[in-house]
Amino acid sequence: MAGGLLSLSFGVVAQEAGLSALEAIVMSAIVYAGSAQFSAIAILAQGGGVGAAITAAALMNSRFLPMGVALAPSLRGGPLKRALQGQAVVDASWALAARPDGSFDRMLLFGSSAVQYVTWVTGTTIGAIWGEALGNPKDLGLDALFPAFFLALLLNEARSGRARGVAALGALIALALVPVAPPGVPVLVASVAALAGLTRGAREAAAQRQEAEGEPR
Amino acid sequence: MSTGATVIAGCALVTFAIKAAGPVALGGRELPVWFISVVVLLAPALLAALVATQALAEGDRLAVGADTAGVAAGGLVAWRSGSIVACVLVAAATTAALRAL
Repeated sequence: MAGGLLSLSFGVVAQEAGLSALEAIVMSAIVYAGSAQFSAIAILAQGGGVGAAITAAALMNSRFLPMGVALAPSLRGGPLKRALQGQAVVDASWALAARPDGSFDRMLLFGSSAVQYVTWVTGTTIGAIWGEALGNPKDLGLDALFPAFFLALLLNEARSGRARGVAALGALIALALVPVAPPGVPVLVASVAALAGLTRGAREAAAQRQEAEGEPR
Repeated sequence: MSTGATVIAGCALVTFAIKAAGPVALGGRELPVWFISVVVLLAPALLAALVATQALAEGDRLAVGADTAGVAAGGLVAWRSGSIVACVLVAAATTAALRAL
């Protein structure tokens, strides 16, 4: 629902930045990364160049690097197949598919991404064509949906004291970088909090989990 | 190509490359325990960073607003009930109500 309304507003905002309705729809269909699309469009709207717009999108998407690294051990098949499977990563489905043991439910990842893809492209199309008639999503509090969803997943999944400590550290790192780093980079850098996994206690816990599962992953 | 078409093609290429990088470089083989131990903690680190940057910042500055209160209310519901649906509904409703005041 939130994704649908965000995509509606993308259809509207993209045209204000100078894209045609068709270009807005094509962008949602082949880029399919909401925050990157919004940041590239914001740069264009401010009069920025092509290079600056693409760089902003790349920085915004940089958080998919650690997400892809985390997902990698759960994927099977050759490099091309894995590259294509990696395209299913968007924040919400990645977070939904993450299991507490560090593995990923691939079918949940692909399924929820497929649903979101259809919603995203449909929403952009409606927004690009009939956008003027829609109200402001902020009046409905929809900008709170995604952070609340991620917070609920975090509370459900981060059960150990170590995971909670890493979460607090990640949040602090991201907030400290917000005023000084380009959008997207704070979340990327926050992933260094996971290096707490290199401590001896964390490695022993991971080894025990693997033994308990009975098979190597 | 027009500016719009160039930006779209460029964004599509960099997004594909970024999403493919991890799975291509590291997938399909067994990884050492220390690596898995870090990977397990990537989810809490990234989730918390997403929550913090979306609820406590506007653009490049830190900002507390109606959405911050809404997310906090949703978090309280999630913590007490464990329900994700209740959490997001309370978060949106609280945010909308505060903005309507």
